[in-house]
Amino acid sequence: MMTTELTLDIAEKRYPGENGRGAVIALKGLRARVSPNEFCALFGPSGCGKSTLLNIIAGIDRSFLGKVGYGGGRIPCVGYVFQNPRLLPWRTVRENIELVQRRGADPRAADELLGQVGLSEAAESYPARLSGGMARRASLARAFAVEPDLLLLDEPFVSLDAAAADRLRELLLRLVSAQPATVLLVTHDAEEAVTLADRILLLSPAPGRVLGEMPIPIPREERQNRSTLEKLLAELGSLRTT
Amino acid sequence: MTRFRAALAGRAISLLLLLALWEGAAELVHSRLFPGAVAVLGTLIDELANGELLHHLDATLLRVAAAFTVAMVVGSVIGIAMGFSRALDTLLDSWIVLFLNLPALVIAVLLYIWLGLTEAAAVGAVALSKLPTVVVTLREGTRALDRDIAAMARSFRLGFWRRFRHVVLPQLSPYFLIASRSGLALIWKIVLVVELLGRSDGIGYEIQVFFQLFDIRRLIAYALAFVAVVLAIEWGVLLPLERRLLRWR
Repeated sequence: MMTTELTLDIAEKRYPGENGRGAVIALKGLRARVSPNEFCALFGPSGCGKSTLLNIIAGIDRSFLGKVGYGGGRIPCVGYVFQNPRLLPWRTVRENIELVQRRGADPRAADELLGQVGLSEAAESYPARLSGGMARRASLARAFAVEPDLLLLDEPFVSLDAAAADRLRELLLRLVSAQPATVLLVTHDAEEAVTLADRILLLSPAPGRVLGEMPIPIPREERQNRSTLEKLLAELGSLRTT
Repeated sequence: MTRFRAALAGRAISLLLLLALWEGAAELVHSRLFPGAVAVLGTLIDELANGELLHHLDATLLRVAAAFTVAMVVGSVIGIAMGFSRALDTLLDSWIVLFLNLPALVIAVLLYIWLGLTEAAAVGAVALSKLPTVVVTLREGTRALDRDIAAMARSFRLGFWRRFRHVVLPQLSPYFLIASRSGLALIWKIVLVVELLGRSDGIGYEIQVFFQLFDIRRLIAYALAFVAVVLAIEWGVLLPLERRLLRWR
């Protein structure tokens, strides 16, 4: 497995409107660099083009001006956790995971992943039977099933209750430490950004660009401490106002 | 289960009532041109026993199967392609509208003239009459494909075959079912006309013969056998298939 360095240089991403009118510029002059194995949070207000940016990085959206560089020049293997889980409703949880695995992948890998995310019991269920949290976990397991070099997470913990979101964050950290990857986490939750990331990129309101960055050199365990957390949040807050 | 049994009993009574009414009406009219239920059922059994009915039923069913297969395969390919490609859609849309509105009778007559009174012309005419509805249905299905799921499949770089089999086909299966059912209903009706016009076997051909001989007993017996086969296929094949394909709901 090879992890990936990422360089973003997006001059402009525009959504064309009807008949040339009402075009929306989602991103403009966005430049950033993410190191291999870095856990980077993209933090910004809703509607600042964060999801658009992830789609560009994932290679889903190619109609933009600019360049996305992947370390080594080749397109990395991407694991994507979408805001809504986007499981195939007509396939069981296990089939959803097996679907994205590489040809010749260890057949036990899917079971192991399902065990890690606590879905062994639900492996043969269809996604309609899963709770919101379970579906998110399945979606997380699927992203890791491709053995990603680059993991893209688009607000994966929204609309979960606080306890479930916390458990899912811990799960994510466990999975990342077992399977290192370059991680990009899109969030508009300041606390989530400062508890998880090695570095936070602050994005502007639309059209999105990078306003500033905030590295967090403190180990994650120490951020459990409330006063440390408050200090980090204050620092992020002051970055937003400057 | 008791409710199911009650429904079944209700249906049986309703059918028996229909037969009784038929028989009673025939008694009243008392004409060679309006045979009763008992006489027709007797004829049906005779025709089954001497093999005539099965021979013609067989010919018709083979034509139905061939036309159905051709129309479904060709129509699906064209419909899916039109759903994906706007240019192709613009190009073919008016053709499809034309064929949708061209009466099956016209298609059959033209093909018989151009290809002679051949099997290919018969099967082709039936298939062509059904083709445009398959195209339109599958185009609709392709346009309705979930974009979020498609983006997911692209981000995970699923190959063409996996994407087609696991992402596209399951979303299209309800449309395949609609196309099959409405298409089959159409084919059952057209195939008899096509046989009547230019074939020398099949139920449609026999109906024509009985019409000329004023043999109403055989005419109704053949029609009933045909209806029975249609229903058997609808209930025995299409419904179970539908249940299987839509299990995940």
